[in-house]
Amino acid sequence: MKRLFLVLAIAILLTAVGWALWPGLFSHADPLLGVPTQALQAPGAQHWFGTDQLGRDLYSRTVYGAGLSLRATLLAVLIALASGIVLGVLSGFFGGWLDAGLMRLVEVLMAVPALLLAMAVITVLGFGTLNIALAVGLSAVASFARLVRGEVLRWRVSTFVEAASACAVRPWTVIARHILPPVAGPVLALAALEFGSAVLAVSALSFLGFGAPPPQPEWGLLVAEGRNYMVTAWWYTGLPGLVVAAVVIAANQLARALQARQGVYR
Amino acid sequence: MSVQATPLLQVSNLHIDYHSAQGDVPGVTGISFELHAGEVLAIVGESGSGKSTTAAALVGLLAESARVRGGSIRLDGRELLGLGERQWQQVRGVRIGFVPQDPGLSLDPVKRVGAQLVEAMTVHGLPRAVARDRSLGLLREVGLPAVEQLARRYPHELSGGMRQRVLVAMGLANRPALVIADEPTSALDVNVQRQVLDCLQGLAQERQAAVILITHDLDVALQRADRVLVMHRGRVVESGAAAQVLRQPRHAYTRALLAAAPSAQAACVRQRSPAQWALAPILEVSGLHKSFATWRQPGPPAVDDVSFEVPRGGTTSLVGASGSGKSTTARLLLGLERADGGSVRFNGRELLGASRRDWRELRRQIQVVYQNPYASLNPRLSLAQIISEPLQAFAVGTAATRRQRVADLLAQVHVPATLIDNRPDSLSGGQRQRVAIARALALEPELVVLDEPLSALDVLVQQQILELLDELQQRLGLSYLFISHDLAVVRRISDRVVVMQGGRVVEQGVCEEVFSRPVHGFTQGLLGAAVGVPQL
Amino acid sequence: MTRLAQRALASAVRYWLGRLAQAGVVLWAAFSVSFVILYALPSDPVSIMLNQSGEQTSVDAAQVARLRAEYHLDQPVIVQYGLALERALHLDFGHSIQTGQPVAGALLQALPATAQLAFAALALALLLGVGLALIASLTRVAWLRDALLGVPALAVSLPTFWLGLLLLQGFSFGLHWFPAMGNRGLPALVLPALTLAIPTAAIIAQVLLRSMATVQRQPFVEALRAKGLGWPRVVCRHILHNALIPVLSLAGVIVGSLLAGSVVTETVFSRQGVGRLAQAAVSVQDIPMVQGVVVLAAVIFVLVNLLVDALYPWLDPRLGKR
Repeated sequence: MKRLFLVLAIAILLTAVGWALWPGLFSHADPLLGVPTQALQAPGAQHWFGTDQLGRDLYSRTVYGAGLSLRATLLAVLIALASGIVLGVLSGFFGGWLDAGLMRLVEVLMAVPALLLAMAVITVLGFGTLNIALAVGLSAVASFARLVRGEVLRWRVSTFVEAASACAVRPWTVIARHILPPVAGPVLALAALEFGSAVLAVSALSFLGFGAPPPQPEWGLLVAEGRNYMVTAWWYTGLPGLVVAAVVIAANQLARALQARQGVYR
Repeated sequence: MSVQATPLLQVSNLHIDYHSAQGDVPGVTGISFELHAGEVLAIVGESGSGKSTTAAALVGLLAESARVRGGSIRLDGRELLGLGERQWQQVRGVRIGFVPQDPGLSLDPVKRVGAQLVEAMTVHGLPRAVARDRSLGLLREVGLPAVEQLARRYPHELSGGMRQRVLVAMGLANRPALVIADEPTSALDVNVQRQVLDCLQGLAQERQAAVILITHDLDVALQRADRVLVMHRGRVVESGAAAQVLRQPRHAYTRALLAAAPSAQAACVRQRSPAQWALAPILEVSGLHKSFATWRQPGPPAVDDVSFEVPRGGTTSLVGASGSGKSTTARLLLGLERADGGSVRFNGRELLGASRRDWRELRRQIQVVYQNPYASLNPRLSLAQIISEPLQAFAVGTAATRRQRVADLLAQVHVPATLIDNRPDSLSGGQRQRVAIARALALEPELVVLDEPLSALDVLVQQQILELLDELQQRLGLSYLFISHDLAVVRRISDRVVVMQGGRVVEQGVCEEVFSRPVHGFTQGLLGAAVGVPQL
Repeated sequence: MTRLAQRALASAVRYWLGRLAQAGVVLWAAFSVSFVILYALPSDPVSIMLNQSGEQTSVDAAQVARLRAEYHLDQPVIVQYGLALERALHLDFGHSIQTGQPVAGALLQALPATAQLAFAALALALLLGVGLALIASLTRVAWLRDALLGVPALAVSLPTFWLGLLLLQGFSFGLHWFPAMGNRGLPALVLPALTLAIPTAAIIAQVLLRSMATVQRQPFVEALRAKGLGWPRVVCRHILHNALIPVLSLAGVIVGSLLAGSVVTETVFSRQGVGRLAQAAVSVQDIPMVQGVVVLAAVIFVLVNLLVDALYPWLDPRLGKR
């Protein structure tokens, strides 16, 4: 049963990636051009997700929106991952005042919820997809840094790492050969988890109006637009939002599968 | 004591496996024994022997992955295997009492001690008021003072010995016919051990209960039990009256256990010629000092004015209980911690204050073998990679010559060369420790520090490793600094013995001197507590 | 007072002084980080502040000059920082660009509505989260337990804005059970509180389940069963208490996520509160107000953690009296 869910999750994620990279392959309707006479039509054979108030095909808009939303998400995760690993390794392995300073900073960053931090960054950067990516990425650095530091500390004091030091292996070699391999697993699992969180954060920020301006079809923006027509057109808010939920569920499922596989070397 | 006709407990041909993704691992195989009311049976074995599995089976608390493949357990004629959970609840605590070992966590840490004792009785229907009175009486019976206040305490406020006695009271609260005590003394020091065992035996005798005493300590078993069952790798290898087992052990394992017991009065084995004693010592430590205290967390120093020497080509052992400072001393000598003061001379060269670069060179001459062979080898690397790592660090030879050297080293420690590309998890504990020794020898050191290298291994394997260490020392001219808390091992391998307590050296000298004529109270206590196997 | 009591009091005072100092450091650091992001990094905060909704309105020279003077923007950064810090200590965070109101005042006015929402959501979340964990641990029906164990992962993946809109569509527009918007009264609180509670309940359930699994592996659980206790009693009377201890340590993070969630929830349900204020502030790039929100979040976090610290010894007797 668990196998089935994992396969489903990977399928969803691959579909989303497909939408992002080759939208033309998955949808033939124009996401930006609408036929006004077909405005606000319920989902049917011609329009799988129905149409919006300008007669645009909602499915197509969702497919093209994947590119914007997922690119931003991926960028955010990469920023957080790279910065987090560097900070975590420096902090965990070398310790001292570097560690103390960095950890105080991380503690403060965790005192303010990530969404609010991202909103502060957006305030000065301005709106747009790229800026959302930067903001969400920066607000997630703390989480990675803390995990990497914790894991590095944990493995640094393990007996076989100390044994390697006692054999006169150089510090950077010890890090690369003995510490990073066991750390890679949890970091990857966290990356999958943070991918889900980033999708939520990116779409929430674009829902609130801080993303790309219309007519760009970002997922959160689609739901926000649909809000005005909620009473009569349930598909406008329901279906793009469902896509977001599905992608996040899939990412979290993948993250859990990765975590479960790590039982081997603990 | 009277022996009734029908046994209280009958275990026949018990067979339990543990099911795992890799296949079935045997737990116990073909266990059979009987117990009569009023008898004390001791089940002796090391970890992995199956004694815990047996105990768990007797109270119906086997792990999820356990599968009972066959056999029967009858209590008063009633079959226990296959009972439903509800039925077990009427047996546990009432007909079979369980006294677990206390590594600090056998009592609920957030509930008061008295309340937990009362619960043991109310859960079987006793009215609360009656249970409360009886609980105070029980606490008095196990020898605890000021019971009214004590009952209101939390477990962490009591000492280990007091907690263990509360557990004894809980196990016997409902006057069960059978009491199972699982390692009731493992975490306690010798005097408290005696008190706890006395109170357990006393209470049991008073109530004519049968006792199963599970322990890894053969001395305790022979002192306290009427009959002894020795288990090894899931099977019973020896059973009989205590006196019989002591005088005429039949199985090699039992003999090894007897030989390894601290009370075994073996002489110091090592001989050193006067010419050898005349050599300059390879390591001289004087006035070594290290404290981990900070203004936030004050405390006594971990290593306080420690001085000793290691003879060239010989062995010095550091002996002491955990917390005595011996491991910290070893880490200081290896440069893994920075000392606060004192002097350490290796081959005449001062080690303290050596820079990191100096230590790189020194590591070729001073190596270490750790206690836990399951943790000291990187589980992701192959044996070849692990052993050649020190060679790689110093860029010794080429990849091909390094591999050859690895093969040579494996041969020296008697590990089959076919395993050279395997990962550690396919090896046994003893083999892993041999690999750790091989790694330590890779750079041809002069001094090897061995930090409790045998504690994680069972008694038979311990002997084999000791023989290997002897052989290597003779052949390669190694000097050892051997750290241990196990006196039997120390006797076997040391030329000099250094006894530590609370960070200080309380006694040191030639092995024979220290063991036959101990001067300091602590040493006498260590050796004296070991004496006491009754000459039955 | 006896010697022992004196010493205990002294140690308690030392401990709390330490914690208060730590709290102060966190607040100072939060202020500094927000200052760096909002005032120090941008090349010209004034033009950002006046840049309403992406349109370049014709800037009034007098307005620009007034702003520069108010925020000392012609001074070097260090001086700006020092002056801002001094004003912050007097609880003066400047004035909202949008409304001209003092930031601190506006936030304090908006706080009660958000607090109401947060408390309601927290209560619901505890009920749902703990309830789910308990049922999953006690039930012997295998499929029920597996299903319940999968629910938190699902619930935590739902976008809050989508969830709120769905609930609105279903229960408000569809069934007319609850009003669609507004601040007044209990009915208007139900749907927003539920929206906020669901992801929070999922987090609580996840942490609690993991914690219970850890506690279950400890020796005293086996000892309890050996006494003859049935499983429901072991879980409810012993495991639950032990397992809640680590959950309490997350209180700060949970309250923080409630605050963040209120931004979206108050927007979706058109409620007044700190979240709405924050959203409005960001959309017009109202820097002072945004800084105020960030500092407020840090203050709340710090207060919650101090409260948790005070409560801890009651829950875990191993920690000793403070």
